[in-house]
Formats: sequence, C-alpha cells, structure tokens
Amino acid sequence: MNPTKSESNNWSRRDFLGNTGALVVSFALPIPGNAQPGATAWPTTVPPEMLDSWVAVRSDGSVMASIGKVEVGMGISTSFAQIIAEELDVPLQRVAIRMGDTATTVDQRGTGSSNGIITGGPVMKKAGAQARQALVAMAAQRLNVPPEQLTVIDGVVSVVGDPSRAVAYGELIGGKRFDLPVSDKVKVKPASQYKIVGQPVARMDIPAKMVGAYSFMVDHKLPGMLHGRVIRPPEAGARLLGVTADQSFPGLVKVVTRGDFVAVVCQREEQAIRAAHDLKLNWSKPAPMFAGSYDELYQSLRSATPKISSVVMNIGDTQTALSAAAKLVDVQYEYPFQSHSSMGPGCSVADVHPDGATVWMGGQKPYGLRKAVAELLNLKNEQVRITWLPGPGSYGMNDSDDVAIDATILSQAVGKPVRVQYSRADGTEWDPKGPPITMHMRGGLDATGKMVAYDLEARGYSGRVRPSGTDTPGDSLSCQLIGGMPVGGTDLFQHSEENYQFPNKRKVSHILPWKKSLITGLRTAHLRDPDGPAMCFASESFIDEMAVAAGQDAVEFRLAHLSETRDREVIKAAAQRAGWDTRPSPKPAQKGPVVTGRGIAYSPRAGTMVAIVAEVEVNLDTGRFRVTRFVVAHDCGFVINPKSLTGTIEANLIHAMSRSMHEEVRFTPSRVTSVDWVTYPIVDMTEVPDVVDIVIVNNRPQAKSLGAGEPTTRPVPAVIANALFDATGVRIRRVPFTATSLLAAFRARV
Amino acid sequence: MATQLEILVNGKLHRVEATPDTPLLYVLRNELNLLGPHFGCGLAQCGACTVHLDGAAVRSCVVPVSAVVGKRVTTLEGLADTYPASIAKTDEPHLHPVQKAFVQEQAAQCGYCTNGWIMTSAAFLKENPKASEAEIREGLSGLKCRCGSHMSILRAVKRAAHDMAQE
Repeated sequence: MNPTKSESNNWSRRDFLGNTGALVVSFALPIPGNAQPGATAWPTTVPPEMLDSWVAVRSDGSVMASIGKVEVGMGISTSFAQIIAEELDVPLQRVAIRMGDTATTVDQRGTGSSNGIITGGPVMKKAGAQARQALVAMAAQRLNVPPEQLTVIDGVVSVVGDPSRAVAYGELIGGKRFDLPVSDKVKVKPASQYKIVGQPVARMDIPAKMVGAYSFMVDHKLPGMLHGRVIRPPEAGARLLGVTADQSFPGLVKVVTRGDFVAVVCQREEQAIRAAHDLKLNWSKPAPMFAGSYDELYQSLRSATPKISSVVMNIGDTQTALSAAAKLVDVQYEYPFQSHSSMGPGCSVADVHPDGATVWMGGQKPYGLRKAVAELLNLKNEQVRITWLPGPGSYGMNDSDDVAIDATILSQAVGKPVRVQYSRADGTEWDPKGPPITMHMRGGLDATGKMVAYDLEARGYSGRVRPSGTDTPGDSLSCQLIGGMPVGGTDLFQHSEENYQFPNKRKVSHILPWKKSLITGLRTAHLRDPDGPAMCFASESFIDEMAVAAGQDAVEFRLAHLSETRDREVIKAAAQRAGWDTRPSPKPAQKGPVVTGRGIAYSPRAGTMVAIVAEVEVNLDTGRFRVTRFVVAHDCGFVINPKSLTGTIEANLIHAMSRSMHEEVRFTPSRVTSVDWVTYPIVDMTEVPDVVDIVIVNNRPQAKSLGAGEPTTRPVPAVIANALFDATGVRIRRVPFTATSLLAAFRARV
Repeated sequence: MATQLEILVNGKLHRVEATPDTPLLYVLRNELNLLGPHFGCGLAQCGACTVHLDGAAVRSCVVPVSAVVGKRVTTLEGLADTYPASIAKTDEPHLHPVQKAFVQEQAAQCGYCTNGWIMTSAAFLKENPKASEAEIREGLSGLKCRCGSHMSILRAVKRAAHDMAQE
C-alpha cells in the first residue's frame, strides 16, 4: 500500500505532533483516503472478507486500520485505535485509522444510530487478533520455534525466555499483504488481559485541533479548483422563472441553472459569495406551504388525517382502565422543528471528469452517496470515489450530503474541480430538520396511587421524509429543485423506549403526510437521537405528572414501576450521587422571585441506559432559568475509553440543553425564517451548569459495549421540565423553554 | 478591482492580491493557506474565524483585508509565538498556555469552533489575567459551540488562567 499524497501530509503532521512529548498521545489521527490522480476504477466494494481490507502493517512496524465509519468528534477513532493496538500488542502511538473512503475502506454504511462501537468494535477486534495470529505464525517460521513459545511485546515477536531471538512485525510483513480471508474463529484477547482498551486514553485528534493542524473537509484544496455557491428559492415552492440577462460579476465562470436549482461558479471564494448575493433572478410567487405559527402547526398535527398509523404497543385494555381509574391525567406535549445547524455550513469538493468522479464530503454516510453520485452522473459505481474528510459535528443528516451533490452538479457543469461551502443561511434555513411531534398522554392511578394505565398517542411527520443517507440523487435538496428524479424517504413511526410495568399500556404512532416539504427548508430528517428527545420529553414528563398526581416522590414512583435491574440501577445511581431529597414535587414553601428545584428522567436507548438529575434555578419575574447541575448515570456496558465517554456525555447534555431551552425553527407560511445564530439561538457559555457529575454504571469487561454517541441526549428535555416543575409548580409541556414562554406560563397560573 | 496589499501575518510580511473589501478570512485561508480560522457564519455571530489584530480578538469574516494593512495579524498557527517561551520545556512543543490547557482538558468534540475559543480566550486572559469564572463566562459568551463542549472549554480556560498566573 503506497501512502497517498494526503497520507504523506498526515505523516508529516504526525511527525510534528510526534515530537510533542507529554502532550502527544499518538499519531492515530483519522487519515482520509485520497484520490490517486488518473485512477478511474475503484473497487465496487472493498472486500470485507479479506483481512487486508481492515489492517495493514508497514515496514516501520506502524499499523493502519481501515474502517467504514467516520469520526464525528466524539473520539471514536481513538477507541478503534485502542482496540487494534490491544489485539495486535503494539503501542497505541503506532496505530493510524483510515475512515470513510469508498475506495479503501469497507462499506459499513458509515456512521449513525450511535452504533460505531457496537458494529465497528467487534470487527476491529477480530481483525487485530487475526493479524497478530498471522504475524506470530510468520515469526514461528522465521525463528523456527512453535508459535506457542512466542510472545509479542510492542510489535516485536520474541521467544519466551530468550528475548534475544526476536523479530519485529515490520520485518515480518512490512508493506506486504496478508492475503488471508477473515476468519470468524480467531481467538480474541480475553478482556482480563486488556492493557489499552478500557483505559482513559487522551483523544488522538485533540492536539492537532488545538494548533490548526487537523485537516477538515473545508481545508481540502485541488489545483485549479473553482468556488461555487447555491441560491435557494426566496419562498418555499417558488419556481425559477428566469435569470435576468446581461449580468456580469468579477471572476464569474458560470451561472448554473437546472429546473429551480441555481448556483454560481467563480474563480475565488469571495467572488462566488458576492455573485450569489447579487445575482438577479425571477421567481414565481407560490401559495403559502407552512402553518402560520406553532399553535397552528400543532393543531394541524392533532387534527389532520394521518397517512399511516400503528399501534406500536398494546398491553391489557388501556381504554377501560383509564375509564375506571381513580385519578385520570390527560395532557398534550409538543416538540418543534429543530435544525442541525452544524458549526460550519456544509462543504464539499467534487472533481467530475468524463470517465469518473471523486467527491470529498464531510457527512456520515459516504457509501450511499457514492451510488447517488454515480446515478446522477450516469457513471458506474466503480468510476466514483467518495472520500470522507472530517466535517463539523453533524448530529445526523445535516447539510453535508446536500452540499456534496451541489459540488458534483457544479463540477460537472464547468468540467473542473469545484468547492462549495454553504452560507450560514444555507446551513440553518435549508438543512433537513428534526420533525415536530405532538404527544397526547393519558394515564390513570388506582386508589392506592399505583399507575394502572399509560397511553401515548404521537402525531407528527416522519423523520425520514428526507432519508438518513443519500442512496439516490433524488434524496438531495438540489435534485429535488431540479425535479424529475425519484425520491426515497420512508414513513418511520415515532419510537419511544422505557420499561415501565403497567398492567395497561398502549402506544400509538400516527405519521402525517409531509412529502410536499421536500423542496423546502422544513423537510424532515434524522436529528440526533431521532424522535428520542421529543418522545422521552412527553413520556418522562408525564411519569412525573403521574407521581405528582399520586403525591409520591419522582424517584420512588419510577422505581415502583420498574423491574429491570439496569433501569433501576441508573436511576438509583443518579439519585444517590445527586443527594436526592425524597419528597413529592413541587418543592414546598419557596419565596420568589428566585426559586430552585430538581428533577429526574431516565431512558433506555438501544440497550444503553441513562438517568439524569437536573438542578435548576428559576427567576419567576423574568422567566429565565439556569441548570446549575446535571448528574448523569450512564450504563453502556464495558467502556472502551472512559475519557472520550465523559466528553461525549457532557457535550450531549449541553447540546440537548440548548435544544430544550432555545431551539425551534422559526417560519412564516411561506418560508423558514431561522437563518443564522440570531434567529436560531443556541446555548452560550453563561448558561451552562456549574457542575456536571457523571457516574459510569456497569462498566465491566464482561458487559457488552453499547452505543454512547447520543443516548444522553434523550432524557434532557424531560429532566429540565421536571426540575422546572419542582421549582415553580408549573408544568411546561412545549419545547423550547424560553424566558418568554416560561414567563407566560408563570403568569397564567392563578 | 484586485489590488496588491502587504499584510503582516504571524510575524511575516505577505504580498496578497485581493479586492480591498475581501474579508480577511478568505485571504488567510485561500491565499496564505492558514487554515486555523474557520468559516462559521460570515456574520460575526459565532467566532470560529477569530484572529488577533494587534493582539485583540477580531472576527476575520467581517474585517476587510485592507483594514489590516500596517497591523499585526495573528492566527491560531502563530499564537504560541506570541507567548514567551520560557515555560516551554525542551521536550514539549511550544504551545500557548491556552492551547496547552485545551489539550489537557480535551476541550473539543468536532473541533470546528476550537479556533474561536482559543483565540478569544488568549486575548481575554491577557487583558483580564485575574478574571473570575463569571467574568470568563461573560467574556466568552459571544462564541458558539454546536457540539456542546462548553464544560471542558470552561475548565480549560480556568486552567490556563491559573497556569498563566503561576508564571
């Protein structure tokens, strides 16, 4: 394997970092693959059944592991390096990870659903173990001793008891292929012998990020590269009637129009920005497509005829139990459109030529995109290479795939490499949005305060109107504006997870039609923990309401209805660390205007368990509040890297707190009006808690490693709402909890 | 019209060709290949593009390149050189104490906004070496981080303030 140019850059960057003494942990930055100039045939798929597809050992003994996942900023590249280093018995510093390149890494569907470790971990473990086994076999032959008499220390195989008889990995294989099929039977290292996996290793990508040496998608440049910008319709559904004639702009190479898609390509980036801003276009005046307000939107979600419905769970006879209940609670919860609004708006570079195309993208799913690009350009899959480069945090289906298609369209139009970076508005107004949901909750208590019925009826748009990958070009915004291409998209029922034991329990999901939104900034897609924060907001707030109705403590009420050990353990761990004061809510006898309170919420997510306690301080006169402390109990089984996990949990908390406090996409009947950080406000440094306490539960080598990328997000809106109720006695049933909405709620209380 | 301008960046004089109103950010990234500052909004709302102009933190996405002629521009790549090297041990790279603290506190998720936090914190702590936590929070309130790395960033800036006070 010859290092490509881009790798060489990375190696030299590694050399710089490699001399950084105590601060440097490793050179295992995720190494993006790179197109080799002139190459026009790439493998249809990198064969998953061959060991060489996963791991390579260079002559200097350094190891390159390849994986079809990407690093979205939570440190998973370091975790993969730990796993490989552990199984191969090489120092962590000698491992590099290559990720998300369709030409050199196996198609593992990219990253998503917090499944990086679940689906990527075991395969890395086996590849490392098998490579070690093969290398030891080679050493046995070289040293003429049976493999059982050999040991491996830091990538050097030696004879047990005679360390002078030794050979290094690099000498054994350096640069050559293993040429072995992947074996399922290979024995991996017993967890009891782990020295690297499970350790709080510093993330390898961090040092480069602090000195400006980490290569992001936005940094990628090609010789002769031009700069493109798109111009989106001024109103949802507006049709392009024409481009005003005789316009000229400095550096303009081409105005590209296809259907309602419009873009400019210029020599320089600032020229493209100026031309996109100044270009005069004629658009039609469409009929309004959106509701006039969130009140109107939620009303329509509750009243419109669903496209499809599903009874997701039905235990006992909920309707009868509700009718017979001693106490009935019947309430509505509401969760808005939210935006990914990645820190950097989408960016991509595409190089389309007659016999092939290479596209560099910063999103989570390069493999699906390859098919879409091939289809768009009428090329074969093997003529297209998609190479992931680190983007800003993406949190699901942000704008990265859309911009990659834009760069492709523009490079094809001008026959040169084109870089597109979106404007802030392109990223905030036009990114795919998390869908709004209304949740009708009903519950009944018996005379003893035991919960006997739970009924959840969710109504909203599918989170996959815009699919979670781009397998066909019609899934992208620009191709929808071009028109005439088939679109994917599926109806995904809202999903809620909890393990409460109620004798009567029903969950119903209604999906309302929303496909008309595909050409707008309100098309719905996966946003971090799709539907999870909304559904948990309703369910876990509602359990709190039932505890209040029963006059019981929120922790005790939950434990009384949960029997699964792991659910109970996280709740107990969070309450214990928080110093939970057992009593019913709200907190009694507080004098305003500043009051305090605490709440709890919990949720499973695909096997991972999270419970959170929040403490809040609320000003009843202003409606402003602050979470002063979060306590998180987190059980994702055996933790590969506790240090990365802590950072990921903290960041999930703050991101989800931002969504709970501030975030709703604004719109008028004719367009999205959230276009920047003023019109789509997020959390700032003055608002974050004083303290975050994290308790890791069930972190044992025997416990299966589960996902941690987003489970902490899920209970956050609910736990804040529960703490707000405890402090104020006012139940907030709509996200976000802005000062204006809280103040209105406080004043409405009689 | 594009004109030739001489600008002083990270201690070196560079001749660049750009229209005078071109935002400094694009000149740094595209002409000088200084990739530390990032485009985040182009509206001075997020801080990802922050550089120092004569030592003060400014948002290079809204500063015309012509406005920096005759001034000192420092980017993330040149930040360490603005800080005395006395504390750097020979076996460590020379980092600004803020950068060092950010490494020690692992103060990033994706790292796209990191430039803004480091550059703003370095300028802020220089002006406010004895800042309280509340003042640090206030001083950094104009920056965005979408991943929610605020807790680790706050720890890092407090650590840097402490380390710088020890010197």
